[in-house]
Amino acid sequence: MRLVLERFTHNALALLAVTTLLFFMFRLMPGTPLAAFINENLNADQQQAMLEQFGLDKPMWQQYFIYLANLLQGEMGLSFFQRRSVMTILLEVLPNSVILTLTSLIIAYIFGVLAGAWLAWKRGSWIERVAVPAVLATRAAPEFWIGMVLLALLSFNAGWFPSGGASSPGMAYDNNWERIFSLDYLHHLALPVLTLALYLQGLPLLLMRSNMLEVMHEEFVTMARMKGLSEWRIVIGHAARNALLPVVTAFALGVGLSMGGNVVIETVFSWPGIGRLLVQAVSVHDYPLAQGAFLMIALVLALMNFVADLLYMVLDPRVSHGRKG
Amino acid sequence: MAERADPASPARSGWPLLPVLRRMVAMPLKDPFAFAGVMIYLLFALVALFADQLAPIDPMEILFTKAGKLAANVPPGAEFPLGTTNLGRDIYAQLVYGTRSALAVGLSAAIIVATVGTIVGLVAGYFGGTTDAVLMRIADMALSLPFLPFVIVLTGFLGASTSNIVLAVAVLLWPNSARVIRSQVLTLRERAYVEAARVTGASAWRILFVHIAPNILPLSFVYAAIAIGWAIITEASVSFLGFGDSNSVSWGMMLQDAFTSQALSRGQYAWFVPPGICIILVVVAGFFISRGYEEVFMPRLRGR
Repeated sequence: MRLVLERFTHNALALLAVTTLLFFMFRLMPGTPLAAFINENLNADQQQAMLEQFGLDKPMWQQYFIYLANLLQGEMGLSFFQRRSVMTILLEVLPNSVILTLTSLIIAYIFGVLAGAWLAWKRGSWIERVAVPAVLATRAAPEFWIGMVLLALLSFNAGWFPSGGASSPGMAYDNNWERIFSLDYLHHLALPVLTLALYLQGLPLLLMRSNMLEVMHEEFVTMARMKGLSEWRIVIGHAARNALLPVVTAFALGVGLSMGGNVVIETVFSWPGIGRLLVQAVSVHDYPLAQGAFLMIALVLALMNFVADLLYMVLDPRVSHGRKG
Repeated sequence: MAERADPASPARSGWPLLPVLRRMVAMPLKDPFAFAGVMIYLLFALVALFADQLAPIDPMEILFTKAGKLAANVPPGAEFPLGTTNLGRDIYAQLVYGTRSALAVGLSAAIIVATVGTIVGLVAGYFGGTTDAVLMRIADMALSLPFLPFVIVLTGFLGASTSNIVLAVAVLLWPNSARVIRSQVLTLRERAYVEAARVTGASAWRILFVHIAPNILPLSFVYAAIAIGWAIITEASVSFLGFGDSNSVSWGMMLQDAFTSQALSRGQYAWFVPPGICIILVVVAGFFISRGYEEVFMPRLRGR
């Protein structure tokens, strides 16, 4: 329990540091944060009133603590351009990003684990010699480029998938759940998921393969062999179970990492998620919205790092959790 | 197994740098993948050097046909090997000149990441204590920044320049190399030859840079090779999102240009497929080289 608390504090502190860094980064940016609100028609008094209204007349450290206190209540201010609460906007698009990330990761990991175990079994064959460099190439390709090629081939050329967005124009739904489970939504989701899964499968595949190769030489596998178990039962029942542990941890980390990496995929497919929101907010200098989107991504990352730490403790009893180094 | 010598068993006498360097140069000759990686790097380096000769047309020049009309969206042919963009620019020339910016971004990021990572790793690992704790907490913090969002926010606000992209990549990547090098230093500093140097009265810095650092060099190299690829992909992604340096011709800028000018719906594959392939080749070359060094110098690190 003490360890859980220790990992929690560790990740929470890292998040606090990121938050602090972000606050000062945004404050030290060229131009005042009010550039979007103040125009030439306002006189000096009105400008001053505006500064006071936003609390920008207070000293920096005071602003910092107000900012932290507001964050803890989920209050991130108003978007400069949409004039709506940042939190509302974020919560609107968050489900789209989560669905995209989780669907892709689950597909990528199921495929990666099976293919990785299979490749370990095929060690030394020509299949391995072709497949491993090919998998490395999918990890080397920029995600958005895979998306562009698939988009040109499967959407514009073959016409099988829509070219972007999350729903066809003119579609209306009673509530969010109905929208998400509609065929139209799934149809729009397919191509981004395919792209992301193609990019993500490399890590679990290579991890699983090398773990399997390592596990195959361990004593308990030799033992199983000596007991006369079939090769299949050894692979599935003994080797794969143990080789899976690091992959499970990688999955949790993957959720956090690809929430950030989705920025480009969401842009290619105009998928209304948090990454695309960040890109749009940064390009129009909508500071509060950009800051909120960034923090949301950082929060998911920190949360998932914590989950990965926990999984590691629960799943692998061999790891001693004493102090490192 | 003979080449898989213990990384931490340096030459019995003299400076370990030369034997380590000799083994580093010899490695690609033994590993076919690493050899392919080195060849790809060499090829792109030559293309970057001789870009002017390989592509006589200015990549940003707007070209016209003999009839005086804009040479827009010309399909690949004898005159333009990869065709032209919608604004009448030669795609082949852009691809060739893009090599220059890719290598500039990749190499500068790699040098910064390897230098900072190595120095931090050496100092943290050797001196330990508070120095170590502070440096590793900073590393933890840098690792908890979401990668691409951070680069976007930094370049979006500090200004879209290639040097800002390199800076952001360096800020995010040095902790990985620093951590691994630190843990390697932790084992190296307990070795007998380091103990011997200490007994003879060598100063801490002398032990660090003369006796330990040369044995770390292959690891720095592994992380430099990985950083080249990451920096190029990041530059491409950031350019694609519209936060790139609009004055430089890069593969990422080409992809963004193709994407926003509807090259996808027109099926101009010759415009957007080649830059992606070039990126894959450079990044894969980095993977192959780093894998080769890991297998020869740090067999235990494989599979990480």
